[in-house]
Amino acid sequence: MPLLEVKDLRVYYYTLKGVVKAVDKVSFSVEKGETLGLAGESGCGKSTLGFSLLRLVPPPGRIVGGKILFEGMDVTAMPEDKLRREYRWKRVSMIFQGAMNALNPVKTIGDQIAEAILAHEENVTKREALERAAELLKMVGIEPRRIRSYPHELSGGMKQRVVIAMALALNPPLVIADEPTTALDVVVQAQIMNLLKRLKKEYGMSMILISHDLALIAEIADKVAIMYAGKIVEIGTAEQIYNNPKHPYTQGLIRSVPRLRGAKRLEWIPGQPPDLRNPPPGCRFAPRCPYAMDRCRREEPPMVEVEPGHWVACWLYAKR
Amino acid sequence: MSLREEIEKLIKEQPVKGDELLIALNLKKYFPVRRGLSDILKGRRLYVRAVDGISFGIKDGEVFCLVGESGCGKTTTGRTIIGLTPPTAGYLLYRPRPEIAKQFRDLGFEPVYKDYFLLNDLFRNKKANKLLRRELQIIFQDPYGSLNPRFTIYSTLEEPLVVHGIARTYEERFRYISKALEDVKLTPPEEFMKRYPHQLSGGQRQRVVIARALILDPRFIVADEPVSMLDVSIRAEILQLMLELKARRNLTYLFITHDLAIARLICNRIAVMYLGKIVEMGPADEIIEKPIHPYTKALVAAIPEPDPSNRFKIRDLPIRGEVPSAINIPPGCRFHPRCPHAFDKCSKEEPPLIEVEPGHYAACWLYHK
Ligand SMILES: Nc1ncnc2c1ncn2[C@@H]1O[C@H](COP(=O)(O)OP(=O)(O)OP(=O)(O)O)[C@@H](O)[C@H]1O
Ligand SMILES: Nc1ncnc2c1ncn2[C@@H]1O[C@H](COP(=O)(O)OP(=O)(O)O)[C@@H](O)[C@H]1O
Ligand code: SF4
Ligand code: SF4
Ligand SMILES: [Mg+2]
Ligand SMILES: [Mg+2]
Repeated sequence: MPLLEVKDLRVYYYTLKGVVKAVDKVSFSVEKGETLGLAGESGCGKSTLGFSLLRLVPPPGRIVGGKILFEGMDVTAMPEDKLRREYRWKRVSMIFQGAMNALNPVKTIGDQIAEAILAHEENVTKREALERAAELLKMVGIEPRRIRSYPHELSGGMKQRVVIAMALALNPPLVIADEPTTALDVVVQAQIMNLLKRLKKEYGMSMILISHDLALIAEIADKVAIMYAGKIVEIGTAEQIYNNPKHPYTQGLIRSVPRLRGAKRLEWIPGQPPDLRNPPPGCRFAPRCPYAMDRCRREEPPMVEVEPGHWVACWLYAKR
Repeated sequence: MSLREEIEKLIKEQPVKGDELLIALNLKKYFPVRRGLSDILKGRRLYVRAVDGISFGIKDGEVFCLVGESGCGKTTTGRTIIGLTPPTAGYLLYRPRPEIAKQFRDLGFEPVYKDYFLLNDLFRNKKANKLLRRELQIIFQDPYGSLNPRFTIYSTLEEPLVVHGIARTYEERFRYISKALEDVKLTPPEEFMKRYPHQLSGGQRQRVVIARALILDPRFIVADEPVSMLDVSIRAEILQLMLELKARRNLTYLFITHDLAIARLICNRIAVMYLGKIVEMGPADEIIEKPIHPYTKALVAAIPEPDPSNRFKIRDLPIRGEVPSAINIPPGCRFHPRCPHAFDKCSKEEPPLIEVEPGHYAACWLYHK
């Protein structure tokens, strides 16, 4: 049984201007110890998908269909109090996009980590929680005496480490990291990625890493899902996705990564993603796709398995 | 020593040729820090040494990159060069096109070296400063923050024309603005003029920012991280646009980025900054393929690549920790607390920027013979 299984998940935002289909019939799974990379352009629904796995979709958003199974438990059907007691932060936690800038400026980081522990665990004293906070800091590479520091006394990289420590506070088997390094410098980014790799290896932690940068995802992901306009368009092992990408969108994304070595190519994906209130019929990538055919504009392509474990939603590969 | 003699001497000593479009000599920019009571009692003044004595020259038609981590002084350098903030010390020389040079002369300014005017002086004069806006422009980092959300794209682009009295009639301005939008490939222009920034995608907003910077037909552009807020998938498109515009309009860029992989795609030369200093400078390919300075080596080692086998290795980062604060700059080589090769001398004496290979400079005692 996979650790996490998501089936036909749909998450919509009911805004005044229409329904935003941010996540539309998305399916995937994450095994124990595995890291899934979730890639796609800004606005394609990556963060929304992350929120929904914790059942924390902000209003006017709602999970409107599909299932989330965690260790076989049906998360979508779980009553709120059970969710809070047994699931959220304990089984799955999330490093929110931009969270390092949302640390409370008037509380020490030790207190903030301790509060996260106290809020979710009974029978823990404040003192024990602070001791755990110190251990967690050590785990993420910060001197434990720093529990008495305030956020403004820390560098960007250290703040991000604190946020990671908070996500690890209750030892969840799965951590979702939403763009955990976007605001950071390259050297600090590499340090944070090294930390995540270590946590993955030493603690067998499973992870979902969300990023628009396929180079960053290659640093850690065993499996990669490519999302476009609310849908997963391709999923496979890291080797399959990077060495043998099938979907025209995936191919474009990989080509647009600027590289330090090899030929100097300026490549990009022309156009922009569709408005999710009113996506085009058929394949949502058709307006930007160099291979689009008539059929693409009419009918939505099904997910087909092109090699074991490698799935693509594109008419170029579907049997007609 | 007269000003001219001093400038001539600096041009000989510093890593510049003396024939570039823009030359910075020993440029410094310090910001005062708010002091605590004890500092005031002790009469202590504290400064952020954001830019701490840097020299470089940017050739006509060149794309010159400043690369480095957050807070190393890239933006401050860019803002100082175009006069958004006055330099604390050092000289900025610029060779304007003849018709603008004439207007500077009419205002009573004379070149201080060959046909170079001293920007430090021009910045202090209101009229000269305004004229300089038609030579020097900046593209800001954040396409979200740098456009007024209450202005339509038309008004955003009209403003500089009105301020500089460039196009006097409505029809003329409309023509200018249509052309500017077409130049950045926002077509049909009539469609985009009416829109507000929130009705544009990030990439489209950055095109508007570029159009605004180019509408006065400048020659020199500071581009401060123009693509870092954009998705990877569209970055190259904006870079390509910038290169096309450069070729078409004979522009020269100071391109600021923290990403060496981006610098490689667009720059001729790169200067790597660390805590307010240039630690390495040279041709872009050499900097990336054969970095000299230990800091540059670390920057190169940190760049991720889309190679899935990377997940099996911990990245070997030759440096420790993070950049210290620009208020307490370490003595000697400012990189020494993080440097894996630091030795005695490094914490005592500051290494000068020396030419290690032709045109390739580094500031590190390891390369001093
Ligand atoms: N107006 C100001 N007042 C005081 N300090 C400033 C000011 N502007 C910049 N600084 C400081 O000067 C140093 C250099 O800042 P600068 O913005 O030039 O860095 P940067 O290299 O552009 O960084 P980033 O990559 O984050 O944009 C920093 O320590 C910064 O905090
Ligand atoms: N609170 C919200 N209300 C309405 N629409 C939202 C909200 N949050 C996100 N969206 C929309 O949902 C889509 C997916 O957003 P998001 O999940 O943040 O994407 P990503 O993380 O991939 O950038 C976008 O079209 C976005 O505008
Ligand atoms: S289904 Fe058609 S439009 Fe969509 S990606 Fe495949 S070829 Fe392109
Ligand atoms: S001068 Fe010394 S400390 Fe500085 S970079 Fe060179 S070896 Fe390292
Ligand atoms: Mg997001
Ligand atoms: Mg900056």
